[in-house]
Amino acid sequence: MSDEAPPTFLLDGHDVPFEPGQTILQAALAAGHYVPYLCFHREFKPHGSCKVCTVKLNGRTATSCTTPAHEGDEVLSNVPEIRELRRNLIQFLFTEGNHFCPSCEQSGNCTLQAVGYELGVTTGHYNPLFPNRPVDASHPDVLLDFNRCILCELCVRASSLVDQKSVFALSGRGITKHLIVNAESGRLADTNLDPADTAMSVCPVGAILHKRRGFRTPIGQRTYDEHPIREVAVRPHEEKP
Amino acid sequence: MHGDLSAILAHHRYESLRLVQIMRDVMALHGCIAPATITHLAEALNLPRAQVEGVAGFYAFFASEPRGRFRILFSDNVTDEMAGSAELRARILDAFRIGLGEVSRDGLVSVGLTSCTGLCDQGPAMLVNGHAIARLTPARIGAISSLIRGGSPVDQWPENLFAIVSHLERKDRVLSSTLAPGEAIDAAMTRGAAGTLAEIRASNLRGRGGGGFPTGTKWEACARAPGPERFIVCNADEGEPGTFKDRELLTHHADLVLDGMTVAALAVGAQKGFLYLRGEYPFLIAPLEAALADRRAKNLLGPAIRGAVGFDFDVELHVGAGAYVCGEESALIESLEGKRGIPRNRPPFPVTHGYLQKPTVVNNVETLAAAALIAVHGAAWFREVGTTKSAGTKLHSVSGDVARPGIYEYPFGVSVRQVLDDCGARDTQAVQVGGPSGTLLTAGEIDRRLAIEDVPTAGAFMVFDRTRDMLDVAFNFARFFAHESCGFCTPCRVGTTLVRHMMARLSEGKGSRRDVKDLARVARLMKATSHCGLGTTAGNPILDALEKFQPAFVRRLPSLDVLPSFDLDEALAPAREATGRDDAGAHLDEEVP
Repeated sequence: MSDEAPPTFLLDGHDVPFEPGQTILQAALAAGHYVPYLCFHREFKPHGSCKVCTVKLNGRTATSCTTPAHEGDEVLSNVPEIRELRRNLIQFLFTEGNHFCPSCEQSGNCTLQAVGYELGVTTGHYNPLFPNRPVDASHPDVLLDFNRCILCELCVRASSLVDQKSVFALSGRGITKHLIVNAESGRLADTNLDPADTAMSVCPVGAILHKRRGFRTPIGQRTYDEHPIREVAVRPHEEKP
Repeated sequence: MHGDLSAILAHHRYESLRLVQIMRDVMALHGCIAPATITHLAEALNLPRAQVEGVAGFYAFFASEPRGRFRILFSDNVTDEMAGSAELRARILDAFRIGLGEVSRDGLVSVGLTSCTGLCDQGPAMLVNGHAIARLTPARIGAISSLIRGGSPVDQWPENLFAIVSHLERKDRVLSSTLAPGEAIDAAMTRGAAGTLAEIRASNLRGRGGGGFPTGTKWEACARAPGPERFIVCNADEGEPGTFKDRELLTHHADLVLDGMTVAALAVGAQKGFLYLRGEYPFLIAPLEAALADRRAKNLLGPAIRGAVGFDFDVELHVGAGAYVCGEESALIESLEGKRGIPRNRPPFPVTHGYLQKPTVVNNVETLAAAALIAVHGAAWFREVGTTKSAGTKLHSVSGDVARPGIYEYPFGVSVRQVLDDCGARDTQAVQVGGPSGTLLTAGEIDRRLAIEDVPTAGAFMVFDRTRDMLDVAFNFARFFAHESCGFCTPCRVGTTLVRHMMARLSEGKGSRRDVKDLARVARLMKATSHCGLGTTAGNPILDALEKFQPAFVRRLPSLDVLPSFDLDEALAPAREATGRDDAGAHLDEEVP
């Protein structure tokens, strides 16, 4: 073996090379191996809140997006035990919010829905919490539908780190944790959000939508209608939706 | 109104790091943190408004709308419940004709619940506008109701109402310490930084807050971390229900704890310390501020301690605002920085990237007291008692069905039976060791030993006799975790609430066997995938109770395997309200077909 060979870890029996500092999920995706996730985004520092990327690392569960890869790690991802944990987490999210796929503009482009299909989630399993979350339609160009928010904080991170605006933040705690906007009125119209902001393009579900674009792409021809997420997620970066 | 705010902001030097402290003062002044106030604070501190709103929305003691001018919060720990808290609560609700969580129409009073206030040895307890009142009785409730009607400010109420008593029932090496303030610092200075580190390491001292991490390893990692600035944080956010030992240590041995912080500062080379006191202990604020001032006057804090040039260390008091999760060291640091108390991702650990991303040691109150003793008496003395892996002694907060609740200090390795005998427990059914996040032991397990080798504990010891229904106990703990989950990660945020709902159904006799199965499924998921210790342990009391007290669950199960998860009659309530009907015809038959 040459000295230049990158270090590797073992993912479901495959050798995965990584660069020092990369987390398990980052290295896996870069090498073309899909591990399900919701709150991770290649452009941002991983923060590990959705827990859907949980793997078994050397015998213990770990969050793969935030855990640095180490030479010789043994990682199990696509195994029944881990798939069951992930299925349960997706069911938690469907139970927590109001997710009605058939009437959602994001259906077919939604990461939550796509990961649900990937994991074989057929029901929410638990009694839905049916929270009362009024939508914010105050902005002329943007619809904010809190019912679908999964609290991944991607818009929060994009708005503060990329857009330098802090339009979005989280308040409350526990099950009352919720997305808020940067205005005393609490209305999106009173923030300085621009439809061209990065925060507009990172929502993995249908919580932040451009107005007047509904169903421009017909159902059936959308990203995950044509290819399962396990293929889409590992495409080279530029091709990602 | 803004003039008042400016005074508060000026008092805190317009430091955004002090946001939680600023908000505590705003609450005390206005009774709420209104949207306009949030805008003003954000502008004054140059923070995004949404961030300030997020902080205000995180801590249980903050409110965005006015609560009653007298805001009563009953401690909702299971020991308060067992001591009759619900009946006393009903009395005061009746007196003011309000419901739980409501404000009276005249804005005079509101009554709510809060997590364990750390007065389990003298419950039931409550907080009135942040002031703690213990040993509630019907007579005291009557007196409090009269005082509220009279309208005089809480700080003018009779002093005896606020008395917190001490029950130091068994003293060992820590509680019987007679060291003079500064003695431990002198000893550490004689040993030098390296010598002190070596001594702490050799003592096998482990963290007393529950984690059991070797203190010497933590200190050494911090000392070795690069950078000129280091911090020592004393974790006095004693939030685990059933725990009140730090309250007593800070009441009777504050100097020993502060000596321990200063010893740590010398050992790792820190210049600044914080004492993070839980907001439920307001009665300790003035005495601690006085102790800090006294130590500065005695050259035990401040520049050139004991005349040693270059040995500068001072301690700042920070007070929490009702968030159990801030007992987790990285969440505590976030709170110290004026943010929402969300545990950070680790690595990196606080020893290298703590307060302001600088090397920081966070130690429990009791750990620091033990470190001070080790500095004086040495590692060998410390290891004389305890077990191989758990050296020294431990303070246990004993409460519940016992004759003599209070603090009991024993060498590690003491049996549960010994503690039960000493505190006068009779007819014991179960003991919750280490609080809800710890271990539930049955009467058949009382020969087990309290030490890391057998039953680890952060110090809570709640006793339940045979008259108690263990399903009620588990339900109380489920409510606690749902209330205290920070909401960062999916499993804990959703799981703790689902558990609370399922336990509520079971407790009302409306649960099904499927609920029992689902409880275990949710508890396992939280344990496997949660972000921090709160979530990974939140399922423990449920799993323990299911395993050890299954009859308590089965007893309340209807015979059916599946029950409708919603109540048809309850679903008609909005229709009844809209039509103004409440007659028999507007209700569905209760009978299950």
